[in-house]
Amino acid sequence: MAKTRTTKHPMPAQPAQQRIKNFDEVPYGYSTDMAVEEAQRCLQCKNPKCVQGCPVGIDIPGFILKLRDQDFQGAVDVLKDKNSLPAICGRVCPQEEQCEAQCIVGIKNEPVAIGRLERFVADWEAEHSKSQVKPITPTEAKVAIVGSGPSGLSAAGELVKKGYKVTIFEAFHQPGGVLMYGIPEFRLPKAIVQREIDYLKKLGVEIQLNVVVGKTITLQELMEEEGYKAVFVGSGAGLPYFLNIPGENLNGVYSANEFLTRTNLMRAYQFPEWHTPIHIGERVAVVGAGNVAMDSARTALRLGAKEVHIVYRRSEKEMPARNEEIEHAREEGIKFNLLTNPVEVKGDGKGWVKALKCVKMELGEPDDSGRRRPIPISGSEFEFPVDVVVVAVGQGPNPLIPRTTQGLETSKWGNIVADDVGATSIPGVFAGGDVVTGAATVIKAMGAGKVAAEAIDKYIQSK
Amino acid sequence: MNKVIETQVLAPSLHKFIVEAPMIARRAQPGQFVILRVHQQGERIPLTIADFNRRAGTITLVFQEVGHTTRLLGKLQEGDKIVDLLGPLGEPTQHPQGKNAVCIGGGVGVAPVYPEAKDLHQRGYKVTSIIGARNEELLFFEEEMGAVSDEFFVATDDGSKGHHGFVTDVLQKLIDEGREVDFVIAVGPIPMMKAVADLTRKYEIKTIVSLNSMMVDGTGMCGGCRVTVGGEVKFTCVDGPSFDAHLLDFDEQTRRLSMYKDKENELEVKE
Repeated sequence: MAKTRTTKHPMPAQPAQQRIKNFDEVPYGYSTDMAVEEAQRCLQCKNPKCVQGCPVGIDIPGFILKLRDQDFQGAVDVLKDKNSLPAICGRVCPQEEQCEAQCIVGIKNEPVAIGRLERFVADWEAEHSKSQVKPITPTEAKVAIVGSGPSGLSAAGELVKKGYKVTIFEAFHQPGGVLMYGIPEFRLPKAIVQREIDYLKKLGVEIQLNVVVGKTITLQELMEEEGYKAVFVGSGAGLPYFLNIPGENLNGVYSANEFLTRTNLMRAYQFPEWHTPIHIGERVAVVGAGNVAMDSARTALRLGAKEVHIVYRRSEKEMPARNEEIEHAREEGIKFNLLTNPVEVKGDGKGWVKALKCVKMELGEPDDSGRRRPIPISGSEFEFPVDVVVVAVGQGPNPLIPRTTQGLETSKWGNIVADDVGATSIPGVFAGGDVVTGAATVIKAMGAGKVAAEAIDKYIQSK
Repeated sequence: MNKVIETQVLAPSLHKFIVEAPMIARRAQPGQFVILRVHQQGERIPLTIADFNRRAGTITLVFQEVGHTTRLLGKLQEGDKIVDLLGPLGEPTQHPQGKNAVCIGGGVGVAPVYPEAKDLHQRGYKVTSIIGARNEELLFFEEEMGAVSDEFFVATDDGSKGHHGFVTDVLQKLIDEGREVDFVIAVGPIPMMKAVADLTRKYEIKTIVSLNSMMVDGTGMCGGCRVTVGGEVKFTCVDGPSFDAHLLDFDEQTRRLSMYKDKENELEVKE
């Protein structure tokens, strides 16, 4: 056997110069040979640390062993035992902070490419698996799920398998939540999300679109009039934060939510065949350095911007985005303006954005988050011309359900207060995902949905 | 999918639809709106609910063909279905103090002001209504508005019906005559709402206007519909669509509404 590599097998990907002109997925995925070779790098630890790093506790050495032995269906079964959406997680999980951060191989060398292997196995299943999905006849009570994002889909999947009659209520005209409106096609192809949704539907999950719980129908009505024995709220972090600086309402300033929703859900990149427009111009500044900011910057490039800037008030080290997203953004030519904070959006006198005025920052003492606090350097103000500004500095919980549900306890930031199994202040109402934690990751939301599904089952059975 | 039960052309390119929407009709309140899509690849647009019938499970929509989506909507026939319809969205209108209300509707804005007048009338307010349009041909809901108003006035820009001039002239006259006006609800084109606000500000008459901002989701998620009210940024979809006219930055709204004017031409070419 050849000597095992000290680095991850590189991921084949669309060349940067080509991919900035399309919305196709960037990494192609491992071939079978690459996946099997990478699987051989796993030490098969007796006491695997990687599993502890996984929010849903996948038996990681277990699926990698099956993969190494080329038992692909076996690998699928191990993965799906704990994670119902591996094709999605393999693509969007921050593995470097989770499983791969704990990998023993990673102490001396690069960790095993767990995320890429997960993706390989999930894609293999989509292509090869012949197992027929049979609808499950519901034998148990009705449960309502609010929102069809990662937490809602995961809770729905668990509950339908336990025999509950599950209905998901979704406000948009398409299910999938942030997986559809937020994460771009080039990072998570929508066909993959649709496949997972279709699977749930085949199992018997009903999805009612165009229903805003809190407006079209309230939580109380669902439980008291419509006969739902329990409700899971997974309504997400749907309230964009702005910078509160002058000029932010000028034409050409978008929240990342709006910029991405117009592009992903409404397909503004196919305008005018699809009817939703977007304004792009030549130069775009994206404020923030998380995954949403990287997604926005790379989207702007693909929409035809000539020059795209990330503007971030802290330094490289503090950027919250996944490493892979930052690398991809750099390869594509996104310019990083670090230790730079916007102070004003300048207009052209006709209501449109003309420039972004910023101040240079330096790092001071650590703040509450443990990161060094950025401090403005006086007299360092400068401005550069831009046509569009995308504000990607985070989202708060959507306020519609807390506002319209009496007795539902929320935190001072508006998050629904829930215990570690998702139980809220109202009996029978459970919550999980970003609406509870604030903006976090797909896998954490899925984990919360799964835990809440167990708790909902216990709650209903105890009645 | 929601069925269009009845269509009526009120004036050239101005339509009234009665749409089957029991869940929306059940909870709708004056001032609220819906978001709809007419095409599988279509845009989401907001429209104010012009009336609702809880028993029949229907809502009424009145719209003018001003863009691609409203033109597609205008092509629908009785029995056709609206691809996506979501609502009721926004907060119901909050009425200021006092029992003497003036309801002003301009152009297509007569439609959203009608449920306000009707609601106030049913609740025992003294309702004076003023509706206006460019000319007689574009006037609609005269009978409906008349039926829910204690006093009713019409104004046309060209004088083809009622007062020759603007709705604000009529309001000024009422104030000059010493009528008691506790508050005004005005819905119409932004220049009209702004003119009403400028007039009532002088007399410190509370004035509520309703905005038709551009938005995507309608649930507070995109922030595209933001508006400055008394120096604070609000979202039309969840904080409005009704706002205090004396605190509202109308010029900013006018600018924001023009954001995709150039794109609209591209869609027209496609048609």
